[in-house]
Amino acid sequence: MLTLLFDGIAYGMLLFVLAVGLAVTMGLMNFINLAHGAFAMAGGYITVLLMQRAGLPFLATLPLAFIGAALLGALLERTLYRPMYAKPHLDQVLFSIGLTFMAVAAIDYFIGSQQQIVQLPAFLQGRFDLADVGVGKYRLFIIVVCALLTVVLQLILSKTRFGSRLRAAVDDPRVASGLGINVNQVFLTTFAVGSGLAGLGGALGAEVLGLDPTFPLKFMIYFLIVVSVGGTTTITGPLLAALLLGIADVAGKYYVPKLGSFIVYTLMVLILVFRPQGLFGAKVAR
Amino acid sequence: MQKRTALRVLLAAGLAATGTAAVQAQTAPFKVGFILPMTGQSASTGRQIEAAVKLWVAQNGSTVAGRKVEVIVKDDGGVADQTRRIAQELVVQDKVDVLAGFGLTPLALAVAPIATQSKTPMVVTAAATAIITEQSPYIVRTSFTLPQGTFPLAEWAAKNGIKKVVTLVTDYGPGIDAERTFKNRFTLNGGQVVAEIRSPLRSPDFAPFLQRVRDAQPDAVFVFLPSGQGAQFMKQYSERGLDKSGIRLIGTGDVTDDDQLNDMGDVALGVVTSHHYSAAHPSPTNKKFVDAFQAANKFRPNFMAVAGFDGMRVIYKALEATKGKGGGEALLAAMKGQTFESPRGNVIIDANTREPIQDIYIRKVERKDGQLWNVEFDALKAVKDPGKGS
Repeated sequence: MLTLLFDGIAYGMLLFVLAVGLAVTMGLMNFINLAHGAFAMAGGYITVLLMQRAGLPFLATLPLAFIGAALLGALLERTLYRPMYAKPHLDQVLFSIGLTFMAVAAIDYFIGSQQQIVQLPAFLQGRFDLADVGVGKYRLFIIVVCALLTVVLQLILSKTRFGSRLRAAVDDPRVASGLGINVNQVFLTTFAVGSGLAGLGGALGAEVLGLDPTFPLKFMIYFLIVVSVGGTTTITGPLLAALLLGIADVAGKYYVPKLGSFIVYTLMVLILVFRPQGLFGAKVAR
Repeated sequence: MQKRTALRVLLAAGLAATGTAAVQAQTAPFKVGFILPMTGQSASTGRQIEAAVKLWVAQNGSTVAGRKVEVIVKDDGGVADQTRRIAQELVVQDKVDVLAGFGLTPLALAVAPIATQSKTPMVVTAAATAIITEQSPYIVRTSFTLPQGTFPLAEWAAKNGIKKVVTLVTDYGPGIDAERTFKNRFTLNGGQVVAEIRSPLRSPDFAPFLQRVRDAQPDAVFVFLPSGQGAQFMKQYSERGLDKSGIRLIGTGDVTDDDQLNDMGDVALGVVTSHHYSAAHPSPTNKKFVDAFQAANKFRPNFMAVAGFDGMRVIYKALEATKGKGGGEALLAAMKGQTFESPRGNVIIDANTREPIQDIYIRKVERKDGQLWNVEFDALKAVKDPGKGS
């Protein structure tokens, strides 16, 4: 029972790190970016390729996966995304889904379509028992890393000057730039960090979720569920939504395997019927 | 009067045209349309079969009975409606003489009606649900059927001190076949299946299912997974510590797929599976095949490759038997009842069921020369698909 809870939390944490960037771009920057999963995949492939071709250890590739995906995010934000901010949402959806398909095809063409396998270092393999709870070492590692990230992120958004600039830039770009805030730069940084987090999530998740070129399409639904259930006004919303989703998914598959992944969707529908804004969405737009 | 001559001219022209068409059919290339999943979850299947087809053509040339053979490979991404659309295009536009490939059961089922309507022989070189060959009289299979590959393992388990089993299969055609076959045989021999778990085809995380296995405390867990998911499963199996919990892992050969076996690491050691092909099969024919395959590609052939290789063989031999004429009915007749020595051992294409009759081996994963192999230690000879009377 507790083992299940533990597995669910690990899965949820992973989903959170994967989806939090999307919550930021969607909630704060008001941009629908369905290509978010492509950045996660980029991070996963950076880790896999560095390990296979350059022989780097797993842990050393994680920061590189973050940086690589962030740079990619920054580049695309500067070139492709920025002109799309002012466009209606439907255009943004079409644009970003197109980008996703291109990413899938590109990875397939250059790297091949087989499942990529990550060889974890020995100290992250196996499990130990903690008072009846079976704890997988790698899952524990995921929980720790993701929890740290969450805390840091929340602090940045609420306590730093950059956080307040970002909130100002989102609320009213014109006034913000009048106050001397470089709105473009703020958005660029935010987008890059969101993409970087996705990349890190992809690198961490390659072991648990698998990694092949269809990754962005496979997990797009999960990201969107996390964001819609969690609401996009806070970081804690998506966090709790992701945990709920992870635990419900694991527990559902354990206790009622016949329903399989249906549990998650049922849960989402129920929550959205009663709370259309998401669990923690503010009633009034910012 | 003028009308008459016009008619005559037309008639003559028409006759001449059909005459040239007949002559052309003799000299036009003989087209084989392979539809394979080259992308998506089952991409390894497509990659293996394509490599095997290329190897066959490299070894046997591209002319059979004086006729040029042209192989067309199309990617369906493992999606059934794509497969169907591509099959229609191949039959209607490219006018292929034979359809082949089909990586997953739903893909083969989607094309069966097209094969029947167009009277095109359809050589299934992968998909393994038992019912496939019953969907069209034009389907010939060179791979295997899940019941055929599964029941020898159930017999073996019952004889080797395994009494309580949990089955864990992927929730689609072949998985259900494997689950049912194993349960029937195993309980018949006095064993007990304590839980039957089905995991979704697109399930990223095996954690909850493996936890259920652990909590049930069986002697062994019987697993079927589609080709390409074995490595992911094995990693999580060891992460959960199941390899040290005294629960043995047995399954169909898909789990210790030669394509991925080496990446699985030591956790795979000692896993017992039943299957129709292992790259380690000790016969000169197989050694030649594996060496040539590895020389041409960077990877080891698996059971998909062998079925693709033999699929080409069956098509070539049928074309030879029709003296290069081809024609759906004639090809089909020439495919039925073929016997040959495949890298896996002797194979007969059963004339009644159009299924392969072949030996099924019980294998154990061992390390040899620094690599992991499925080493065969027992065999059941000339196994038919148990569900079909013939």
